[in-house]
Amino acid sequence: MGTPLTKQAVADLYFLEHRAKVLDLAAFLDRFDRASEPGADDFRVQALTAALGLVLDGQPERARRVLELWSDHSTQPIERAPMKGALGAMPLDARERR
Amino acid sequence: MYIDPHVHMVSRTTDDYQRMALAGCVAITEPAFWAGYDRSTAQGFHDYFRMLTDFEPRRAAQFGIRHHTWLCINPKESEDVGLAREVLSIIPTFLECKTVLGIGEIGLNKNSRNEMTVLEEHIALALKHNLLILVHTPHLEDKLKGTHLIMDALRNQGADPGRVLIDHVEEHTVRAVLDRGFWAGMTLYPDTKCTPQRAADIFEMHGTDRLWINSAGDWGVSDPLAVPKCQDELRRRGHLLETIRKVSYDNPRTFLSQSGRFSAPDRA
Repeated sequence: MGTPLTKQAVADLYFLEHRAKVLDLAAFLDRFDRASEPGADDFRVQALTAALGLVLDGQPERARRVLELWSDHSTQPIERAPMKGALGAMPLDARERR
Repeated sequence: MYIDPHVHMVSRTTDDYQRMALAGCVAITEPAFWAGYDRSTAQGFHDYFRMLTDFEPRRAAQFGIRHHTWLCINPKESEDVGLAREVLSIIPTFLECKTVLGIGEIGLNKNSRNEMTVLEEHIALALKHNLLILVHTPHLEDKLKGTHLIMDALRNQGADPGRVLIDHVEEHTVRAVLDRGFWAGMTLYPDTKCTPQRAADIFEMHGTDRLWINSAGDWGVSDPLAVPKCQDELRRRGHLLETIRKVSYDNPRTFLSQSGRFSAPDRA
């Protein structure tokens, strides 16, 4: 069905909301840098910064590609559930090992 | 006017029913889910199913909302296959209840072998009784893999994709679900699923056929008014009222009416 909005209208409607989100992300990374060890190699933060490359690459379907970057791409069931929850990203080296 | 086809009202206050009614909610469906802790006995599920089939419909009716439900043991409790089988054995005793639409929300959580076993037994139960199926797909990094494992299991057991709704789709799973003939649901969650804005984007990119929105409001950070907020998002982008009605009323009604038990008023 496409979007009825012009680019100008999209900017008018959403700029301030996403300006705030970019600042939140910048402040989060600043906070992470200021914090003490351990945790500098946290895989979730690595996954987050890796996703920024996709956000800025100018190619379409950024949201889909970011979600795929953070996803488990294995295809077989695991032996047993190690916990109830999920962490939000896979370690990047786990992707490289596959 | 709208239908919220996935909301866990056992976790919500009566005030939420009142607010939903004021926002135009006329009908809901409530899948069985994880209580935030593992229940220790099948009797605990029996009591939960009574709540879903007796107490909640009466509570919803006070506000003119028609309440329907789905029954199962949630994949988060599927590692204990023995308990899961006990729960599966009591589900048929509730199938005579006129507000039970089918089996759900079944699926996977961490994509384990035991979860797969329990999923397959739920699918078999649904097919045996000719019931609709509502599928929960895993969270976050587990969703992509789990969605494909679930679709394969449904296909291998001969489920008709037109009678299965695969829920919690996002940008990386919606296309595959629709292409394989299933219905798809987008859950509007503040942090961990789709926002109303992203759901509107997905409609714009993938169309409105066989696709609905729901709040999945529960005991966590969630919003039982998420569906009308997505309606508002579509409205402010300039989408037609027919489009908004299709995704928030017509589509859920069309899918759910296959049960022969779903009812929602034609007009407010």
